[in-house]
Formats: sequence, C-alpha cells, structure tokens
Amino acid sequence: MANKMKKEAKVLSCGLLAEGIYELWLETPFAKDVVPGQFVGVYPANKATLLPRPISVCEVDAERSALRLVYRVVGSGTAEFSLYRPDDFIMLLGPLGNGFPLDKAKGKNVVVMGGGIGVPPLIETAKKLSGEKVSAVMGYRNSETFLSEEFKKYSDMYIATEDGSVGTKGNVIDAMRENNIKCDVIFACGPMPMLRAIKAYAQEIGAKAYLSLEERMACGVGACLGCITKTKEIDEHSHVHNARICTDGPVFDADDLEM
Amino acid sequence: MNTKVKIAGVEFKNPVMTASGTFGSGMEYSDFVDLNKLGAVVTKGVANVPWPGNPVPRVAEVYGGMLNAIGLQNPGIDVFVERDLEFLKKYDTKVIVNVCGKSVEDYLEVVERLGDEKRVDMLEINVSCPNVKEGAIAFGQNKDALYDITEKIKKVAKQPIIMKLSPNVTSISEMAKAAEAAGADAISLINTITGMKIDIYKRKFALANRTGGMSGPAIKPVAVRMVYEASHAVDIPVIGMGGIANAEDAIEFIMAGATAIAVGAMNFHDPYTTEKVVEGIEEYMKKYNVEDINDIRKIV
Repeated sequence: MANKMKKEAKVLSCGLLAEGIYELWLETPFAKDVVPGQFVGVYPANKATLLPRPISVCEVDAERSALRLVYRVVGSGTAEFSLYRPDDFIMLLGPLGNGFPLDKAKGKNVVVMGGGIGVPPLIETAKKLSGEKVSAVMGYRNSETFLSEEFKKYSDMYIATEDGSVGTKGNVIDAMRENNIKCDVIFACGPMPMLRAIKAYAQEIGAKAYLSLEERMACGVGACLGCITKTKEIDEHSHVHNARICTDGPVFDADDLEM
Repeated sequence: MNTKVKIAGVEFKNPVMTASGTFGSGMEYSDFVDLNKLGAVVTKGVANVPWPGNPVPRVAEVYGGMLNAIGLQNPGIDVFVERDLEFLKKYDTKVIVNVCGKSVEDYLEVVERLGDEKRVDMLEINVSCPNVKEGAIAFGQNKDALYDITEKIKKVAKQPIIMKLSPNVTSISEMAKAAEAAGADAISLINTITGMKIDIYKRKFALANRTGGMSGPAIKPVAVRMVYEASHAVDIPVIGMGGIANAEDAIEFIMAGATAIAVGAMNFHDPYTTEKVVEGIEEYMKKYNVEDINDIRKIV
C-alpha cells in the first residue's frame, strides 16, 4: 500500500452538482496511488478546527495527478471547502483506508450501489471495473440525481428515487428487483439503513456484498480507535470485536459485520 | 547544546513524548514520523485483559479541540507484549507503557507482568481517564485513593512509575503531593477535561457516552496553569501535556515547570507534530542561546 502523507493540494476546479453537493478537483502527488473506495482527510483552514474531514475519492485522474472529491456540505468544515476556488490550496491526508476488493468481481456480474453522498466513490469503482459486467444502481431523494449520467460510461445505469421522480420509486433494492438485475457481487456505499438492507438482500440472493462504512473519525490512520464497527470475529488490532473503519475499512465484507 | 532530560534515572534524548491514547504504540504514526527522533513513545493504555471500549460515536470536534470517549479499548497485556513491545524494539527511543485497570488488582497484574520486560523504561499509571465507569478516574479524583493505589503499585513495580493526573479535581497540588508522598517517581498531567457536546439539530448527545474528555489547543492554558502549580508543589519531575501544537507550546510547558512534554490531540491534526516539536525546540535553543534545555525549566 502506498505511503500516507499530509500534503497541500492545489484546487484545479470546483463546482456545484446538486443542492448542497459540491465537487473539487485537487492536484496532489499521491493521486495515482489512490484505489477505488479509499478516502482522504481534508483539513479546514480554520484554526479552530483540528480534525480532517474524511471524504471518499470520487475519481482519479492519474495524468493530471488529480483527485475528484464530491461531498455534501454538512457543517462549517465542508462549508469552507465549498468556497475554495482554482489555484487555492487545501491540506490533504491520504490515501486512507483499504478500498473495494475489485479482484472479487473478476468474471462476475457486479453491481455498484450507492445512496445519497455514498454515490461518489462508486464512480471510480465502476471505472476500474471496466471489462466486467457492471450495473450501477444509485438511490437519491429526488430528481437531483448527481453523477448518474457519468455511470452510463462504465455500466448499465439504474436509478431509484424516494419520491419516484426518476427511475424506480423506492430504494436501490426495489430497483434491483424491478429491473431483474443480475448480481453476484455488490460494492456499496451509503447510509447505514441502506447498507443493512443490501446485506440482507445479498444473503437472500446468494451474492457477496462489500460495504463501505462511515463513522466520526479523529486521526484517520488507525491510532485513536475513534471509528470502530462491530465485527463477528475478534478483530486483528484490539482483539475485541471492533474493526477500525479508517484502516481496516472503510470497506468490509458484509458477512464479517455485526450491523 | 543539550536536549537530554532525566526522569527517575531514565535519560531521554529530548523532552518530547507522545500523549497516551493519541499515538497507539507508534505503529500507525511510524508512516509519518521517525520514532527514533522522539524522547519517548508513551503507549495507549493497556489492561490485564482486552477492553472493548465505548459505543460510537466516540469522538466529536469542538472549538479549538475535540472530545473523545474511546473507553480505553485495548487488546490486553498479552497481545501488547507480543506485538506492540516487539515492534518498539526496532527503535532507539524510550518506551513508557500506560497502564489502566478497573480495580487495583488489574493494575498490579499489568505492572507485575511488565516488570521483566527490558524494553519498558517506565510505566505511566492512568488514574485519570474520564470515560470508563469503573477504575481509572475513580482513583484519580480522591487523594486518599490516589495515595493508596500509588503505594501499592510502587511496591510491585520494577520500572519507575509516573502517575497520570486528572485536571478534574479541586486542587491539582494536593493530588500531586499525594502521588509524591506515596512514592511516585514522576507525575504527568493533564489528562483530558470532562466535557459534553449536544447536537441541537438531532437533539442528541454528540458522543454515545454523553460526556467525553476534551483535548486540543483550547485546553492549553488550563494545562499550563496546572503544570505550574503541580511542579511547584512537588520535587518529583512533571511531564506536561494538554493542547501542545508546536515547539513554542512545548517550551511554555517547560518554563512552567515540566521536565518533559507530550503531544496529544495535535497528532490527529498533523501527524508530523512530534518531530516538528523536536526540531522547533532545537531551533529555539539555537536562536535564544539556550545551552541546556534543563536551564529554562521553571524559569518563570
């Protein structure tokens, strides 16, 4: 795995994708080392804030040595990020976490599933799965289906919306059933209720699911033990049943999780 | 130029240590920092058996700092000795093992077990974690309880012991004196300050544990004051910590009376902080003609 570093990154471009959803393209020397499903820690410049904000990598452009981050503004830190403009600098810690095990999808029907702000990391995942039979099933609240067009380049694209304005009315599982999507392996990121439903669905159809989890983090590198998730087996680090989301994850085999 | 400091006969190449719980056993931060450059690695608290810690959320940011309620999750002494101590054998730095427990017996078991471990230079006894229900802080908020546990540990400890004190007390001087009277070789302070954060939009506590320990730059003035008071109340060395972000902060603690200092929450902000503090202290000494770091201790 590539060495982690904390380094200043240059803003190449920025944009608004949907209400409250922003993107940043950042030039950083570790861009080419990032694998799908990994994340970075982004530091607000405000001196009163200490901790890096964990944000998943949406896309990698190795040629420009750049990362694309798509994030929701949820607090003062992310609100600050949304004000950055090209040629500004921003501090990044990365690459962090393990990423999706793409090798598990070899020769299989693979479905990438995202919900809300869990959608972005699946872009790079779908891109890197090219060559496999990939379907993308993305869940949104309403017709603001950010990034959905981009999945069409790499996969068969299906949408579920809570209000039924686009695609299947309901959640990603409803869209799976409605469209009879073939599925052996799932790579998913989204809110916990969605991930629980995906785990149950995978068990029902006999598929493997790999889930990317979120939690409040401090260090991002596995030292502070702030972001743990309950695991079936005794974990490697503390020998209790707590895996560290930032380093043992964020992606876990659904079968290994108590959720 | 001398940056070496001595505590209870143990010589440290410089006064910069890591604050327990913020640095694991150094493994994770060895990607960023050359551990050989540090005065000491102070490990995350270890108990006689594995502890699962508290439910999540365990951390929350506050203005100028953070709250944590990890609950001393740790793998227990067996795994610690086999894995963490083995790892630290590769490095030329001192090792201080932080010891936690729910009962006096728990502490004694860990202390005895570590007695023959040559890699362990000192023990730091955690009687001040605010995030566990039994043990820990219960021993650190009452001077008779502190005296009692210190005396019992001192009897069985083969390495010098540092009692890590809580700021959540009426008089830090009284607590420091109790530790000294019971035979502690040194004291370290401050552990975190008990705090609380409420998410007004979710109408919930930010931490599952409701309360957590506050750390970070916002607590530094409190820590400096307590290090000053404690180091003027006792003759044993004081290790100072609480919001140290850079060399200037470190020197402030030394001037207040600390023999050594530790970097805590700021490791999370900048994983290179410890090494930068080591370098910054040397730069300060050169610039202001300080021959020996020990010369500026208690200078105010």
